[in-house]
Amino acid sequence: MTGAGMKATGVMRVALMLAALLSSGCAIKPWLKPYERARLADPVMNVAAHPASENYMHHVHQAREAMRGAEGSAGGGCGCN
Amino acid sequence: MQLIARVLVLSLLAGQALAAVLPEDRLDVLSHEYDGGGMEIKGPSVLVRKSFADKVSVRANYYVDKVSAASIDVVTSASPYKEERTEKSIGVDYLHGKAIYSLSYGNSEESDFEANSVHFDMSQDFFGDLTTLSLGFSKGWDEVFRTGDNSFAEEADRQHFRIGLSQILTKNLVASLSHELITDEGYLNNPYRSVRYLTSPDSYSFEPERYPETRTSEASALRLSYYLPWRAGLHGEYRLYSDSWGIDANSWQLKLIQPVGQHWTLETRYRAYQQGDADFYADLFPYQDAQNFLARDKELSEFSSTVIGVGVGFEFSKPNWDTIDKAGLNLWVDRFSFDYDNFRDIRVQTTPGTEPLYSFDATVTRLLFTLWY
Repeated sequence: MTGAGMKATGVMRVALMLAALLSSGCAIKPWLKPYERARLADPVMNVAAHPASENYMHHVHQAREAMRGAEGSAGGGCGCN
Repeated sequence: MQLIARVLVLSLLAGQALAAVLPEDRLDVLSHEYDGGGMEIKGPSVLVRKSFADKVSVRANYYVDKVSAASIDVVTSASPYKEERTEKSIGVDYLHGKAIYSLSYGNSEESDFEANSVHFDMSQDFFGDLTTLSLGFSKGWDEVFRTGDNSFAEEADRQHFRIGLSQILTKNLVASLSHELITDEGYLNNPYRSVRYLTSPDSYSFEPERYPETRTSEASALRLSYYLPWRAGLHGEYRLYSDSWGIDANSWQLKLIQPVGQHWTLETRYRAYQQGDADFYADLFPYQDAQNFLARDKELSEFSSTVIGVGVGFEFSKPNWDTIDKAGLNLWVDRFSFDYDNFRDIRVQTTPGTEPLYSFDATVTRLLFTLWY
């Protein structure tokens, strides 16, 4: 097979894989009904249940580490140093 | 019949907590204290939040840091001092269908520093409310002054771009991915801090730090929350960071939230953090003006830290309370340990560059009283 032929076959393979992925993607439906989410609604699953307290801990970490951003809950930051 | 009722209640509960809903109406009064490494910082934080017509929720926060500083930086290059930082913020959240739009403004003031910032965030639920996409942007304006030098006034601007995706994976597991890019431009130094350089093999002197005037950083986080079979929440987090100053960092944390009976909750967490140093950091420079940029801030050095934390919470309510749903009291104590790999304790007089490496422990205490209404 020529180089161009191999390249065309490769492109076809990728296109086929993409088509398969996309068609299966369209077939995915939400897999949990609302009544199946009770455990996720339990307060024990809320890692940031107390925003004033969580924000303070973010500030404690930010003031002593170079790492900043993607803190999760609340966030925003005060811009203070 | 009983089964249908149970399913209905569960659906309502689940729908409330997982579809787009406004935060709860609450009043938080927090007393916080940080004690370690010669620093004592304490103060209150008061947060009040109220919603209207289940469409709009407003919040206001007032926060104070009363600082008594005698850290290693302070005792080796200045005199211990006391100062106060006050932070005020207000915000509004608007619920529209399955989207929440949030806008907030914050101001932080101390005698030699002022920061103003605005924040915009939005989140949208889709895919049967199993997926939440969030986007955010912040802009900040800092003004930096130097006590005792009225001619000194500098500025710095900051921008934050955030994106996050939260996905319910199973009826016990939620995962979220988030990413934030931050760019700073302007005066990013601490106006008081110095670096040290060798003047001879046995002595050193100090000169002011010099930082680049731009910094861009990216942080990503993966979080997983898992409902344990005996009713407890296990929360894992991994964060990865890098910036244009050459600092790479990462942290991971595990947190367990365990209810005990109807009213009590116990919490425990362990967090480990490590970072590399900035390209222009050195504990001891070989000579004066050794390079364009100079830093000896221990927050830019190579170090690792750990935190072990425990917490206990109690919630209660009385049938004769009219406007108040419940009240809660929480106490958390966190123990921090910092170990520096190339920041030396120059309180020890010996050959420069051979002083012991610095380390310290700190205790953080939080006492929170909450009213939900």
